[in-house]
Amino acid sequence: MSNSARKPSLAILAAGLGVSLQDRGRNGYLRYGVTGAGPMDPLAYATANKAVSNDPHATAIEVSLGGLKLSVDQAPLDLAVVGGRFAVYVDDRKLPPSSVVTLSPGEVLKISAGESGAWCYVAAAGGIDVPLVLGSTATHIRSRMGGLNGRPLAAGDRLPIARPRSVERVSGAIVTAWLERPADVIRVVLGPQADHFEQSQIDAFLAGPWMISARGDRMACFLEGPKIAHAKGYNIVSDGIAMGAIQIPGQGQPIVLMADRQSTGGYPKIATVIGVDLGRLAQARPGTSLRFSAVTIDQAVTALRAQNAALERPLEIEPLVRTSFPSEFLLGLNLIDGVVAGSEH
Amino acid sequence: MTEERAKGQGPKDKLPRFLDAGEAALVVEFGTAINPAISEQVLALDAFLSNDPHPGILELVPTYRSLMVHYDPLAIGRDPLIARIREALLKRKEPANRVSLWIVPCCYEAEFAEDLGEVSRVTGIPGDRIVALQVEALYRIYMYGFAPGFTYLGGLPNEIAISRRLTPRPPHEAGAVLIGGGQCAISTFSMPTGWHVIGRTPERLYAPAREQPFLLEPGEHVRFEPVDAATFFALDQRAATGEIVARRTAR
Repeated sequence: MSNSARKPSLAILAAGLGVSLQDRGRNGYLRYGVTGAGPMDPLAYATANKAVSNDPHATAIEVSLGGLKLSVDQAPLDLAVVGGRFAVYVDDRKLPPSSVVTLSPGEVLKISAGESGAWCYVAAAGGIDVPLVLGSTATHIRSRMGGLNGRPLAAGDRLPIARPRSVERVSGAIVTAWLERPADVIRVVLGPQADHFEQSQIDAFLAGPWMISARGDRMACFLEGPKIAHAKGYNIVSDGIAMGAIQIPGQGQPIVLMADRQSTGGYPKIATVIGVDLGRLAQARPGTSLRFSAVTIDQAVTALRAQNAALERPLEIEPLVRTSFPSEFLLGLNLIDGVVAGSEH
Repeated sequence: MTEERAKGQGPKDKLPRFLDAGEAALVVEFGTAINPAISEQVLALDAFLSNDPHPGILELVPTYRSLMVHYDPLAIGRDPLIARIREALLKRKEPANRVSLWIVPCCYEAEFAEDLGEVSRVTGIPGDRIVALQVEALYRIYMYGFAPGFTYLGGLPNEIAISRRLTPRPPHEAGAVLIGGGQCAISTFSMPTGWHVIGRTPERLYAPAREQPFLLEPGEHVRFEPVDAATFFALDQRAATGEIVARRTAR
């Protein structure tokens, strides 16, 4: 039997608005106006790849609140689903929000918004194989770049696996306590244009409270709350924009620039969300209330170091039967049998 | 906090200013205006840091008046980074003399210059005179931004340096040559814009499959060369195959 005849691939059965392929992001072309793109929650993305022993920059599916349905063709394939507390099913079996599972042909993985979180990642063992554009597979929809022909995923798409591996049948819940990150306080470093605001306005900006608007997407998170006044007008000569930069445009309501941000811009930026809190903010759903807390560069770097250390440790995977499940799940004896069979092979 | 701290600095403070954009990006600000002298300082530092790479320095983004340095704070701390930049500023020679001038073909016929009538109405200058002014001017490439390959050009003659539209117009074609906000720009994607479309170039400033995906470098100069529609379509076909149809000359 030839191996190539049984290479698994993913078949997209349904994809909500804004479901796209992402790798770690595009580097080196910001100077030419090319957005980095990449995952909205880099930590959840990295965890998903780690759970199936992929390269940390392997291409994965970023699932929006619109959800996703997929199946696997030709041969079984190990998948990891990580990020937020989405509702995750294989056929009628409910899985924990962060899981590894071996999907067999004929089974359907179904992900929908669930109880919390805004983005989750599906990593396939061996990575998804799409061409590099400017060194990356990250989809940037606005410039029609990366992923699958620069567009979001849609029903009928077929995703080949880059380096298919034999199935490990490691199905279980990924224990990711460190991915539980409430968004009520988001840490920022003040600047680069904090001097465009009086101290009273900086205090008001930090205190909020801010509500996340429904207008947000991969480009920006819009906040609603007290009106922040500018001390020197709201136009600056365009300069660079870092991910997490918080612009205050003319109407005084902050805009946090996220993965699909433009590389430069002309509104004063009062503060910048620290790297480890970007995913925390990205995972907060519209309607979430938050405030900001100013930290130093040293504190931001210490937090980054701690996060990287957590990601370095081996992931703990609990077999599904040992996790607490909703009673309707536990009552389904056939389902539990199925899971046990899967985890023992 | 160190002396470079953003808040509390007045205009008399010594330049450049070092402004934090989080723990992984630093803005080196040489001024707050758009002019060639500030841009030269930005590009000189950009060139120096590009030619003397440090693994902790990830990306450099030159803009009109500042250089954004994206860095990995676990590979180079903020203070060593600033020390390295200060050293570069001391060592760097006079700005590199970029002699490159690009002659960029542009068609100004009616179907390519959809907003020429409106610019004429706003400025009171006849359309053919607007084109003549736009063609006579020597433009400096200040920066990229907004979209891949979207190029901001300074040097638009004052007579036609009109402001942006109050509301964006429907999408223009890729290659549109735009004016607005006192500047000129070449667009690389079809998109709605708050600028005015006064012509279109067949050149691809962004061609991902080409060996050199981006044609122009900040600091170089551009002049537009008017072509008729037939020439436009002929050049457009050649450009579609990856050929560079703009010409590079010594200024």
